[in-house]
Amino acid sequence: MDAVTKPKLKAKDYQSDIKPVWCRGCGAYSVIASITRALAELQLPREEVAFVSGIGCSSRIPAYASVYGFHGVHGRALPLATGLKIARPELTVLAAGGDGDGFSIGGNHFMHACRRNADITYIVMDNGVYGMTKGQASPTAAPDWTGSVLTPDGPGVPAFRPLEIALAAGASFVARSAANDPAQMKEQIVAAIRHPGFALIHVLCPCVTYRPEQQDEFKARAHADWQPTGDRGEAFNRALVDDGYTTGMLYIAPRPVYAAHPAAPATLDEIAAEFTVG
Amino acid sequence: MDHHSLSIALCGSGGAGVMTAGQMLLDAAATAGAYGLMSKALGPQIRGGEAAALLRLASRPVDSPDDVFDVLLAVDWNNIERFAAELPLQRHSLLIADPAAGVIPPAILKAEPRVVEVPLGALATACGGRVNMVALGLLATLAGLPVEAVEAVIGIELADKGEAAVASSRAAVLAGATAAATIEGIERLPLPATINEGARRWALSGNEASGLGALRAGVRFVAAYPITPATEILEWLAPRLPRVGGSLVQAEDELASINMIIGAAYGGVPSLTATSGPGLALMTEAIGLAVAAEIPLVICNVMRGGPSTGIPTKSEQADLDIALHGLHGDAPHLVTAAAGIADCAFTTQWTVQLAEALQVPGIVLSDQASGQARAIVDALPDPGLRARRQTAEADAEGYMRYVPTADGISPMAIPGTPGGEYTADGLEHAPRGTPSTQAAHHREQLDKRRHKLEQFDYGEDWALCEGDEWADTAVITFGSLTGAAREAVARLNAAGVPVRLLSLRLLAPAQPAAFAAALFGVERALVVEQNHDGQFLRYLRSTCPLPKRTVGHHRPGPVAIRPDEIVKAVMTLIALPQSTLVEEV
Repeated sequence: MDAVTKPKLKAKDYQSDIKPVWCRGCGAYSVIASITRALAELQLPREEVAFVSGIGCSSRIPAYASVYGFHGVHGRALPLATGLKIARPELTVLAAGGDGDGFSIGGNHFMHACRRNADITYIVMDNGVYGMTKGQASPTAAPDWTGSVLTPDGPGVPAFRPLEIALAAGASFVARSAANDPAQMKEQIVAAIRHPGFALIHVLCPCVTYRPEQQDEFKARAHADWQPTGDRGEAFNRALVDDGYTTGMLYIAPRPVYAAHPAAPATLDEIAAEFTVG
Repeated sequence: MDHHSLSIALCGSGGAGVMTAGQMLLDAAATAGAYGLMSKALGPQIRGGEAAALLRLASRPVDSPDDVFDVLLAVDWNNIERFAAELPLQRHSLLIADPAAGVIPPAILKAEPRVVEVPLGALATACGGRVNMVALGLLATLAGLPVEAVEAVIGIELADKGEAAVASSRAAVLAGATAAATIEGIERLPLPATINEGARRWALSGNEASGLGALRAGVRFVAAYPITPATEILEWLAPRLPRVGGSLVQAEDELASINMIIGAAYGGVPSLTATSGPGLALMTEAIGLAVAAEIPLVICNVMRGGPSTGIPTKSEQADLDIALHGLHGDAPHLVTAAAGIADCAFTTQWTVQLAEALQVPGIVLSDQASGQARAIVDALPDPGLRARRQTAEADAEGYMRYVPTADGISPMAIPGTPGGEYTADGLEHAPRGTPSTQAAHHREQLDKRRHKLEQFDYGEDWALCEGDEWADTAVITFGSLTGAAREAVARLNAAGVPVRLLSLRLLAPAQPAAFAAALFGVERALVVEQNHDGQFLRYLRSTCPLPKRTVGHHRPGPVAIRPDEIVKAVMTLIALPQSTLVEEV
């Protein structure tokens, strides 16, 4: 694109005209704002960005951006994004969704996306609750959280630890931010898009309706203490002692990026001729 | 028995190399100018276990097993009785057994075949070769194949095993041929000295043919999760896609593979995956997404015995119900069926073209009998069908992704196109693509998605109409049974019984008008399919005008439905008194 003739894109140019379904005060507003600011900072042409999601409150996010989007089925944002990225490697591919979408129904894809290391930025808005279905425990809810009638005694299962799983599965970029610090989040998104390979940004993202305590909790307890390390052992040690509220870049390390391998060209006739016998 | 072909079952336990020998026998027949096909019967063991190469060599193309085997050669009897039902013999059949292999199982002797003892193992030991090569030489001689054809195949197949292997194999083949010469009463076995020498011949499996059809149509992205009996489609495509600028990725499961191809197809690249029943079941939610978001893609579903894990290595046509009706909501999509091994290429290619033109998912049904059998066919010319999608132009004013149009097909903006940015959605949507719960939008989009499939002109390829066009009796079938039905109809016509054949390639959307035209003048019909419940008959009854006297002939796998079985069912149907009200026979 010719920078001389095209006006510089601003953050609002990456916003669509659709009004979000989110509740007032939802952490996801901060996420869409940070994404549009990051895209403006990178000056990516809108048509060269594709934004993929699954199902849940936060998965509504692609329609609120003015780039190409895909709101798919529950839990499958990452495979859809992976197919798109491999088939169209020149596109910038973002994926986003909630903790239930990414870590429960989509948990298998999450591990394999970390392993595969296709060049995708994945933003998980974690509030420990299924909001769209009115407040059930998600895999990141505490075992003794009794806020849902579905699990009146609490889920009774230790919370899923996404950053440790990501490191174990081979992720090459792992960060955490909080909805109340959009500047930090924007910096992480810019770095994640620039990072060649799969980048996870775990966002502490309050649900004002079903986890109203989170707004104050995240604000009060989030502490930006991680500086990026390329040492996987050190990253693991940090993740193991993490209180769940540490933000910053946990781990960034180069790893081979998954992409299609070219091969010596052949015509269809040459390929068909392999069947010849006699 | 069909006079122009020779059916051979070559049996032995896993390590005996019967599949290799069967493959080489088929290739030698092709080299000699003949046609044929070979399927594999295998036990459930990963390695070893019972195995049989089932061949039919013929002087013209064949796409079905014959009624019985003319020759059964066993290098040993390891558990072979487990699939004795798949090895039909008759009194004249020649059973060649090694006396050192022990007692012939009673199940094999039931048809009273003529037993000839040949010390296969001892012959192999004497010449320093392998027993399967002795069998190859013996069977090639019985089939009347020239020794040069066998030698040529040995030279190609064993080239990388070194000169010693080639020499010992030649010696073993010669020992087998010499043994064959001592067998009396085999004059009727050899194929006519051949035949059609000018035609360029191909050897390929149905699964490989599906891969070829995909490449020819323009498929350039494939996501793969292995499953029997579909894996060969994916394995054939893996090294070839990059050679035409495409790629294949191995997914973590079928949920991922279907969503990966949705992503790639959304990106503008014609995309495909292959699976079988269990995988198709996992994919159905996302196929519905492709219907709603109007994403073109193709799933090749190679059917096996079901339900559940069923019989993975054996054929059945029992995924018809899930392919037609497995999606939730009103979700019109394409379902096609490949009418045999070679037709896997055409039907896959055609389905990709249709899916792309209609922006809809398509399921191509084949089955283990077509997919994993290997046939010698005349080279398949490229019918020229190509994926062509209606796309949106850059900066189109007021662009709306799902705007209703006369034909129901709306131009699709491909990422990278400025001004076309939209969000594809499984949520019901307004013409712009924005989510909507409004009754009018829901009705409008449901109408649009149904209309685009129903208004489309599918041309002449929707079915194969063959046989006596004036006949008042018809055999109606689909998929891999087309070959057996074709042969049954030809035999009936030759015997003066007028019958026509209708094999449907396009199963959904149903084509009731074309169906009625194809059956004009038909008073009775036999609907033939390989599943327990008669799924095809039930579907036809609900969608197409069937002749009043229509009966179903359906039974499950793994025993193939052979031509003679269809001939008998047709004769039974014809013999029914006019007054009989029939539902099924």
